[in-house]
Formats: sequence, C-alpha cells, structure tokens
Amino acid sequence: MDQFAVKVFVRLRPSVLDPAGEATKSASIKLGAEGIKSLRIGKMIEVKIEGDGENEVREKIDLLCDRLFANTVIEDYEYSLEKL
Amino acid sequence: MDNFTVGVVVFPGSNCDRDVSWALEGCLDIRTKYLWHESSDLSDVDAIVLPGGFSYGDYLRCGAIARFSPLINALDDFVKSGRRVLGICNGFQILTESGFLPGALTSNKNLNFICDDVELDIVSSKGGWFNNGGEKQTIKLPIAHGEGRFHCDSDTLKKLVDNELIALRYKNNPNGSSFDIAGITNEKGNVLGLMPHPERACDETIGGTDGLFTLKSLILK
Repeated sequence: MDQFAVKVFVRLRPSVLDPAGEATKSASIKLGAEGIKSLRIGKMIEVKIEGDGENEVREKIDLLCDRLFANTVIEDYEYSLEKL
Repeated sequence: MDNFTVGVVVFPGSNCDRDVSWALEGCLDIRTKYLWHESSDLSDVDAIVLPGGFSYGDYLRCGAIARFSPLINALDDFVKSGRRVLGICNGFQILTESGFLPGALTSNKNLNFICDDVELDIVSSKGGWFNNGGEKQTIKLPIAHGEGRFHCDSDTLKKLVDNELIALRYKNNPNGSSFDIAGITNEKGNVLGLMPHPERACDETIGGTDGLFTLKSLILK
C-alpha cells in the first residue's frame, strides 16, 4: 500500500457572496494594505491516506470532496496529492 | 389521532428539541417521542421534526455531518412513504445538505447572528403547512441563526418558483437569502424546511401563536 498526503482546498463558488472575505478585506484595507482587489476565504483540509496506487486514492478523495468536504451547490474544490 | 406520534430527532448539539416537544405536547396535545440520531427505526412515529441547534457543532458546514447519521439514512424511505418531515433552522440545513430539499444555507450577509421576530409572506399552500383558514397571508415568527442565507442557482430558483415550492418569503430580508426565501417544500409537499422557529410562537405569553398552524399540520395525511 502507498501512503499519500493530500491537501484539499474548498472555496465558495465565485457567484456566491463571501461576507467573511469581504469583512477581512475591509480590515486589511484598514491595516493599511493597498491594492487588494479581492479577498475570499476558503478551507484547507489535510488528509493522509493509504491506497493501492494514486488512481485508487484519487477515487477516494473525489468521493470525500464531492459528498462531504464540499457542498457543491455553493462550493468548488481542488486538491494536490503527494506520495509519501 | 390519539396514537399519532411525532418523532423529534436529537443530534449531539441539538438545542430546540425540547422546545418542539413542549409546543407539540403542551400546546397541541400531540404525542412526541425523542429519536436519538443513531436510531434508524422509524416504524413507530408518524411524522418527524428535525429541530434547531448546532448538530455536531456545525463542524465543516451546518448539517454536513448530521447528514451521515443512521437516522438521516433511514429518512429516505420515510419521506417516500409520504409521511411528513419538518426541518427547522438546523433541521432545514440538514435537509438541504442531505438532498431532501434543494439549495444550501450559508453565512448571513451581514455576518451577524440574527435573533429577532420577522414577518413572513405565505407563498405556497403546498402541503398545507401554513393553512390557517385563510385568515393570514403574513405571519410573524422568530428567527435565530448565523447561517440562514438561502442560496441556489438560477435554474433551481426557477424550478422552485414554477413548481410552487417556495413556502415562505421574508418581508424584509434579514440575511441576504436569494429571492427572500425563508422556507421551501419538496415537490410532494410532505417535507418542509424553514429557518424561522414555529415552536417558539405557540403561546401568546411568549409573543405569538403563528407557529401553531405549522406544527399542527404535522398530523395532516
């Protein structure tokens, strides 16, 4: 069995308002940061997972992302995968 | 109707289960039974309420973890049998996360946790959930949520409108919900999800009785 480290990024879809991102953008400007055009907040989920090769692990991660990690009505996801 | 029993689901983190039970038993004389979320035996209840609260601490997303409980897995057959399911607040979030109702609920536009009375227009009579004898087309119910902003894509919204699945709309949208939506039903009408709390409006001494009709309608066939 191979072990993989997976980083999953879950983000609100571009069409969905991100009030937390807007509030943080506003605070960033108050801090004096200039030039911020957009600021949106997502989640990063780290998973260590075993599987019989990369394809099998990708299938598992796809299922997790689609059914649990993200609500695809309002969120998109992507992930990176590294063999340990 | 003597034996009619409403199952009130209790998740770790539910906090409106006792209010729902009190409103049904004390105000409407309808028998209730608490159902622990690990249970999948729904054979001795005639309707189900998914109450408000913070199931599983709202971890990941509101309702996202509750969706995988044995009870929610058993809910599919219950709904298909035509029996009634009412999801209030966190219960509504669970119903959207688990696909019984379309759309999703996310953080309020102004990021505040809003605890207030709101005026609501009754939009659809589907399922008879708000049948108050035609006396009122606008009702007042309390809301208490941080993540009650209903969101769906334009195709889903069109389907909701065309099929008369929008049950309630806010008169003064408090949270940024698409199309001012506060509650929706499934196509059959036996599943209702809403952010306002009907169980908190069942006695004049606590501010109103506009929630009574909705809880009473749980016994409709």
